[in-house]
Amino acid sequence: MLVLIEQSLNGLQFGLLLFLLAAGLTLVFGIMDFVNLAHGSLYMMGAYFAATFVAWTNSFVLGILLALGATLLLGIALEFIALRHLYGRDHLDQVLATFGLILFFNDAVRLIWGPAGLSLPLPAWLTAPVQIVPGVFYPAYRLSIIVVALAVAAMLYLVVMRTRIGMLIRAGASNREMIGALGINIKLLFTLVFGLGAALAGLAGLMQAPILTVQIGMGENILILAFVIIVIGGIGSIRGAFMAAIFVGMIDTLGRAFLPDLLRMVLSSAAASTAAPALSSMLIYLLMAIVLVVRPEGLFPAAKR
Amino acid sequence: MKKAFWLAGAAILALAQPASAGDTIKIGFVSTFSGPTAVIGNDMRNSFELALDHLGRKIAGKPVEVIYEDDGQKPDVGKQKTEKLIQSDKVDFIVGYIWSNVLLASLKTAVDAKTFLISANAGPSQLAGELCSPYVFSTSWQNDQTPQAVGTYMNQKGVKSVFLIGPNYAAGKDMLAGVKSTFKGQVVGEEYTVWPSQLDFSAELTKAKNSKAESIFVFYPGAAGVQFLNQYAQAGIKAQIPLYTAFTIDELSLPLQKENALGVPGAQQWVNDLPNAENKKFVEDYRKKYTGLRPTFYGAQSYDAANLINSAVVAVKGDTSKKDEMKAEMEKANFKSVRGPFKYGNNHIPIQNFYLQDVVKDADGQLALKTVATIVKDDQDRFHDKCPMKK
Repeated sequence: MLVLIEQSLNGLQFGLLLFLLAAGLTLVFGIMDFVNLAHGSLYMMGAYFAATFVAWTNSFVLGILLALGATLLLGIALEFIALRHLYGRDHLDQVLATFGLILFFNDAVRLIWGPAGLSLPLPAWLTAPVQIVPGVFYPAYRLSIIVVALAVAAMLYLVVMRTRIGMLIRAGASNREMIGALGINIKLLFTLVFGLGAALAGLAGLMQAPILTVQIGMGENILILAFVIIVIGGIGSIRGAFMAAIFVGMIDTLGRAFLPDLLRMVLSSAAASTAAPALSSMLIYLLMAIVLVVRPEGLFPAAKR
Repeated sequence: MKKAFWLAGAAILALAQPASAGDTIKIGFVSTFSGPTAVIGNDMRNSFELALDHLGRKIAGKPVEVIYEDDGQKPDVGKQKTEKLIQSDKVDFIVGYIWSNVLLASLKTAVDAKTFLISANAGPSQLAGELCSPYVFSTSWQNDQTPQAVGTYMNQKGVKSVFLIGPNYAAGKDMLAGVKSTFKGQVVGEEYTVWPSQLDFSAELTKAKNSKAESIFVFYPGAAGVQFLNQYAQAGIKAQIPLYTAFTIDELSLPLQKENALGVPGAQQWVNDLPNAENKKFVEDYRKKYTGLRPTFYGAQSYDAANLINSAVVAVKGDTSKKDEMKAEMEKANFKSVRGPFKYGNNHIPIQNFYLQDVVKDADGQLALKTVATIVKDDQDRFHDKCPMKK
């Protein structure tokens, strides 16, 4: 029972982290109708900025805040310099161009920081495990990821659902031309949305940095999961991204945790322990396939266009 | 018309390449030079280049040409690059291979073409057993050997039970099987993770913690090892269950692992401080040539591979068409290995010592690996009986 609580927390933490990545991606993909493969590069840049700024300032919190700002600025600059010229183009052109950006960022990072990767050490107050219920100790840092991600999700929800900017964003998602015709500066809106998406990716990257190593290409594996999540949740839907991210995080973690034991009931121990990780990573794609068949628009689609 | 023009151009270019017959020694080098594990490939290349420097960049009086190819840690890419090196570059030797799955995918190409392949790292059990070949040599080990040494060490320490964690691919399975073959205590759990995409080990660590095992054994090469140690320390398990490793802590990962690596024992056939003249020269010159970097066991194995090739080509006075003679010479292991004692078993896998290594601060105040003791002497892999080549 206690193990189940702990594994659920692991799943929740992983899911929330995926949500931060997927939320930014779905904002850009759903609202601007722009396929941005380089979203994972922004996640990587967030982590590199954090490792660098924390080392410079010698303060974890200050370094993280600086890194968040830097990723936001990088996102805005990227949109301004390169991506805004691609909005009118075919999705295939966007895929090609942003794939080029992945290569560019990977080599830029290699040039600036070298190939070996960086580490982002945690401050002492975040390293000790905390007791959440009697008998269950959970790493403080993973707990703080859960708290931060939930806060960001709530904030994002409020901004998108309750503010004027959010209204424009939602309107832009439904009908771009109309909102342009109403005299809204759609270019500026897009730049802001892209910047917000970049900052969310950067936040996911820098929060992941102390758990993983900061390394070249770190965004590529996880980006696939982010795309799976927005397909499951429904393109352009923040709520869908949230629900789907939690689903995927839970399925992945609980699958890895309990599938081997379940399989051991029917298979030999050796076969079960090799088959289980393969099967649990397939479960997510299986879920995506089922969702695509049953509800091609995703589980929680954004308002109709 | 246009197509014909390009085809003609390509044909001329292909013809214009110098015929390779005999004037240079051509070596193909397949390793990972891009992505997160490129640091390992870099180290192998650095050490190989250093060995060529030490040989005066000539073997048996002939200039050496090395063609480096990047496998991107993918078996299919490794196979393509191997085919390209053998079929269009017509190399005399092919060296490298960090990953067991990449090597296994590429092996048949080399063996069918009767091109000598020297694995400078990967040591899948199949290579030592049923897939052994007269054309394949190793300058590293068979995967199981290092974890077997760790298992032996755990017996010496009186450890009663262990929880095993490793990646779900050829080498991961060999490594965990290796520990199980020598460890006399109880194996309470065994977890495999998706390789190389899974980076978060929270589910596995939670299971290990709750298994009440007395120890954890883990195998994660490259950056994954850094991540594992981070998460192991953050989850507070470090204070409860001691960790034993193979190939998880090395000179490349140590600068990132820092304090997390202190007190985590491992085994290796080569450590930077092994007290033989060849090794001292290798380590010193490496640090001189590549300032700020330290050689690793990956590099030491590549360095040995260059010297093994040198011994074979010198024995036939540069005539690389005399394959049988080169094979006979390589079987003698007629070169000074930086790891000290080195000879070949019937399956062309080294028979060698394995040392206990520990993490300490060295003279420069940096963390470094240190040889503590010899765990096993002249160890031969446990698959050599399955190899059809008998002596």
